[in-house]
Amino acid sequence: MNVDETNLPGLGLRKDFMTASGRRIGVVELREGQTELIISTWDDPDTCQASIPLTSDEAATLGNLLGGQHLAMKLTEEHKDYPGIVTRQFSIAPDSPFQNQPMGKACIRTRCGVSIVAIMREGEVLPSPGPDAVLHTGDLLVAVGTQEGLDAAADILRHG
Amino acid sequence: MDPLALTLIELGAVVFCLGLLARLAGRIAMSPIPLYLLGGLAFGAGGIVKLEGMHEFAHISSEIGVILLLLMLGLEYTATELFTGLRRSWQGGVLDLVLNFLPGAALAYLLGWGGVGAMVLGGVTYISSSGIAAKVITDLGRLGNRETPVVLSILVFEDLAMAVYLPVLTTILAGVSFLGGLTSVGIALAVVSVVLMVALRHGHHVSRAVHSENSEVFLLNVLGAALLVAGLASAMQVSAAVGAFLLGIAISGATAHNATRILEPLRDLFAAIFFVAFGLNTDPSSIPPVLGWALVLAVITAATKMVTGVWAAKRAGIARRGRFRAGAALIARGEFSIVIAGLAVASGAVPNELAALATAYVLIMAVLGPLAARYVEPLVGAAGGGRQGVPAKA
Repeated sequence: MNVDETNLPGLGLRKDFMTASGRRIGVVELREGQTELIISTWDDPDTCQASIPLTSDEAATLGNLLGGQHLAMKLTEEHKDYPGIVTRQFSIAPDSPFQNQPMGKACIRTRCGVSIVAIMREGEVLPSPGPDAVLHTGDLLVAVGTQEGLDAAADILRHG
Repeated sequence: MDPLALTLIELGAVVFCLGLLARLAGRIAMSPIPLYLLGGLAFGAGGIVKLEGMHEFAHISSEIGVILLLLMLGLEYTATELFTGLRRSWQGGVLDLVLNFLPGAALAYLLGWGGVGAMVLGGVTYISSSGIAAKVITDLGRLGNRETPVVLSILVFEDLAMAVYLPVLTTILAGVSFLGGLTSVGIALAVVSVVLMVALRHGHHVSRAVHSENSEVFLLNVLGAALLVAGLASAMQVSAAVGAFLLGIAISGATAHNATRILEPLRDLFAAIFFVAFGLNTDPSSIPPVLGWALVLAVITAATKMVTGVWAAKRAGIARRGRFRAGAALIARGEFSIVIAGLAVASGAVPNELAALATAYVLIMAVLGPLAARYVEPLVGAAGGGRQGVPAKA
């Protein structure tokens, strides 16, 4: 994927690329640290239809959503030969009993046979996290297991 | 009344009125600069109320205002940005200089203000307001547009041109003999180039020298350094403003961001006083006679900026709508036109009508610029298959 980086002297840096559908999409990183999500109009790639200011939390969450989707889709693709195995994503809510706790405390694999294969955090992927990986609010866990196991895991992460 | 009490009351009243004007400007989404100028006109010589007490303070404050305006302009860009910008967009920059300097210079000749007047008025019509342009681009959500880097690189070129133009102007305004003038212009240009080279290589040393974790220490360091450099530059006939500008360029990276943040309120205050002081020294009754010329100049230089933007954007491969947006974003003139006119008026080398013309011109352009940027697209759209390269009615 070819991402164009354009310097905006005095304002910041624009990073964008052209989608297959002919829209330019990307971010502008402003000097002051804010991020703007930019999307061009459908008829003119020069013009931005939207320029949406994002806080660093929002940008990280969006990154997780997009990146997590990508990872989950890949995993689903790989598991499609094994019926009954499902991939799902869990986000750690601010009221989760496991936030700021090592993941091992939830004992998800022991209790419901579900494997956490990755944690998405601020747009980065932590692959195969161990039991001592600490969970934070906004983390996105990518889990693989059976339908029932995943339901149970979701309940554990939410209520302990 | 006790002179101190009078000064405080007048100053307080003026600053408070500026606050009201700035709020009004925010409400109607325009630049506060024209309102500050109008405020100055209302209070100044021949205006509604005459303010005498704050004269001295206004004078030194407006000097500081100019220094801060130029310092912050320098802080905005790193030396590397300036040089890459220069390499990539010098053709557009030169076209911009030629097209927009000449109308002002020609009018000054026509009105019999001679070479000095031409030099000043050319500068006034040449320099776009990077403050207004950046605000328009941000407010209209055009940060991600493809023509935006084109607009910004032209503004970068203009700012570099200022670094050369201001010392030359200072020398010319000082009215020294031809040979003496040549020498001091030579010195000025040598100083500017040396500082730029040093800034490019050793900017981080300058940054480290003024940097501090403590915001109070940092503020005093930056402000002190700026005034010191400006004063020294002024003593060397390089123009105080350019000294501050060069210091701003030399400071880079995180230090520059912090300096911008910490100096912004000071800049807003002193620059506002500078605009008012400029208005104070202009007699409102001198404006109506030059208003016609200001309008003519406004129409011509709006068109020439439009041509500049359209041409530069076309070269960058931008489609028709983007080209007109680029042109319109450049139309606004503001703070730096007044800085140039202010330098000229302070030197006494130009007639007072020039100040009046510059005031009227900036009043028109600071209002017209943002409006043109906002409405150029619907206008161009309505014109349908309008010929390319021809400026839209702005």
